[in-house]
Amino acid sequence: MIKLVTTIDINEAYSALQHPEAGGISLFIGTVRNHASGKSGVTQLDFEGYEPMALKEMEALAETARVKWPIKKLVMIHTLGTKKVGEPVVIIGTSTAHRKDAFDSCKFLIDELKKSVPIWKKEYFDDQTVWVNSHP
Amino acid sequence: MEIKLFGITKDIVGRDMLPVPANIQVHTVTELKEWLYQQYPGLEKLSALAVAVNQTYAEDGTALDSTKEVALIPPVSGG
Repeated sequence: MIKLVTTIDINEAYSALQHPEAGGISLFIGTVRNHASGKSGVTQLDFEGYEPMALKEMEALAETARVKWPIKKLVMIHTLGTKKVGEPVVIIGTSTAHRKDAFDSCKFLIDELKKSVPIWKKEYFDDQTVWVNSHP
Repeated sequence: MEIKLFGITKDIVGRDMLPVPANIQVHTVTELKEWLYQQYPGLEKLSALAVAVNQTYAEDGTALDSTKEVALIPPVSGG
């Protein structure tokens, strides 16, 4: 299950990962934190995506992960739009026969998603907004 | 040719779609970036600026033409 949504449904993701041959399900949930780059007071985040390309990149990462690990089921869901502190913004999950493959493949997918999938995050502070990672 | 803009590139250019004037010849990603940096110096200050052609990351030498979907990809920050 790979998709872009406005609101993450954690139960839906969990259901999509269940498999009779899976002995472990690893789930990573990324959430909005209230500080960034040493500055407190993040009030909300806006996520924008180049949707067709983001989905293609996510599919490509899933394919790479499936070659590297014996994955039974896989979930990559990212939200777009405005998110408040504490809300989930991304959920990555894999189910595998043994837990090490689930942990390792899940970590790979979120690490790579953050490097290559064309989604952008704007942080809102009381006094400014910042597109994350834009400037050195 | 039109260039799709996202994130901070949209703020720098002030719109989400930038037409390249017909009299401007940009045949490759490198030529496009050189033209963009002249027009919008703020783009050169970014940590990185990638170009996607037909929804795939392109190389500097990738050829461009008006039949292709071209987009600027500033540093990503999903997750």
